[in-house]
Amino acid sequence: MNGTIDLLFWQLAAAYLFVLVLIVIVRMKGIPREKEIFIAAVRMTLQLILVGYLLVYVFGHAHPAYTLLLVAIMLAFSIRTVIKRAKGKLSFAMKRCIALSMTSGILVSLVYFIVIVLRLVPWYEPRYVIPIAGMIVGNSMTGVALGVNSLIEGMHGQKNKVEGALMLGATPRIAARDIVNQAFDAAMLPTINSMVGMGIVFLPGMMTGQILSGTSPIVAVEYQIAIMLGIVGSVSLSVILFVQLGYRTFFNRRSQLELQNIDKQKHRTAKAE
Amino acid sequence: MTLFRLKEVSAKGVLSIPELTIPANKVTCIVGESGSGKTTLLRLLNQLDSPDHGEIWFDQRPSNEIDPIEWRRHAVMVPQAPILFKGTIKDNLQIGLSFAGKPEASDEQLAEALRLVCLEKDLEQDAANLSGGEQQRLALARAIVMNPAALLLDEPTSALDEDTADMVMQRLTAFVRKRGMTVVMITHSRHIADTYADSVIEMKNGVPQGNGRDVQ
Repeated sequence: MNGTIDLLFWQLAAAYLFVLVLIVIVRMKGIPREKEIFIAAVRMTLQLILVGYLLVYVFGHAHPAYTLLLVAIMLAFSIRTVIKRAKGKLSFAMKRCIALSMTSGILVSLVYFIVIVLRLVPWYEPRYVIPIAGMIVGNSMTGVALGVNSLIEGMHGQKNKVEGALMLGATPRIAARDIVNQAFDAAMLPTINSMVGMGIVFLPGMMTGQILSGTSPIVAVEYQIAIMLGIVGSVSLSVILFVQLGYRTFFNRRSQLELQNIDKQKHRTAKAE
Repeated sequence: MTLFRLKEVSAKGVLSIPELTIPANKVTCIVGESGSGKTTLLRLLNQLDSPDHGEIWFDQRPSNEIDPIEWRRHAVMVPQAPILFKGTIKDNLQIGLSFAGKPEASDEQLAEALRLVCLEKDLEQDAANLSGGEQQRLALARAIVMNPAALLLDEPTSALDEDTADMVMQRLTAFVRKRGMTVVMITHSRHIADTYADSVIEMKNGVPQGNGRDVQ
């Protein structure tokens, strides 16, 4: 046993060393991101260790309240992460819009997946619900975060075009249409790319994990296909809701473009959280 | 007849207008130094901004009684830096009508608008290849095609040489007088203000000097 633990320790140490090298390179190139990479690596470590112990407990004491609580915590953290990672200080309306679109997009997809696709009995079985929720929440979070930044950048960068359309009597919906579409594309691209490359460019994590733990590759593939469709559904739904609600927060009741809701200085320097 | 009326208007800390009226069916020029609030004033007339205080009337109705989008469709603004959209000259001319939910114009109408701004180009040409001055005229033609009650123009001839500017202004003013359109335009050119304006508003530090001095 000792040998295995040592090996594991050295493997992990090597992995951290890799990130350290990356930080050195980033610093040498003068890209101001080493602090973000460092904080992210530390956070990831602590969070995973904690979640490991938590899951051991929850799997041993399956109860609807625990499952719901964990899903709620994941959701809350993902919303918080999107808000924190946004380039710029978000308005209250924008934050509300992020929370609303992610909550509805993720919950609808998760419920559909558990009730209709997997037909889980009991529905709250944490061994299934927690990892699946994790994948759906994580991907939706990435999508919405990209959508938020693309929408903000679009509204700032193409301010003149939006106002040019308003001057001619366009509704805010029409004036922002291109930016909304670009934000949707930007948000969906990683998910679409990952679907296209799946199985050829890389083997997805969940499938790899199942195969490593002894499951037949066919069963693993079935699960992977199902979860991937669930992820696409959830990302699309969250992102569509977000961009459709989000662009409105840039316009006031007089259909005027209002960019004051975002601190421009902070937007430019895009500081770490 | 008054088309716009402003009363005790202040905006963005740059404008302070006790009272100002802008006549209908006339060409009104706004002149004044940079930073004197000319563009801010024009944006108020397009409802692109609202004043911090005070009230604006359009066609005898206060701003809160008119839907701002409807307002902009009747008082179309052309910014100083022309905004072009992807596509041909024709696409760019039609897009204003499409934004405003109006039916498309015929090719003859489009060609007439182009003649009016001295831009006799093929409708199918890509708009991205136009020079700065040509883009400015295309943006002006787009607003004319919409046939609004008022044209709000922010230095519409700033990118044109003097002769072309004169020619465009000559044709434009003749056209709007025939159609009974109102023009409110910012200009840096004394010559244009003196030659083509029915009245001139001179802005100084955000305050109009006098009220629409008539030009003889």
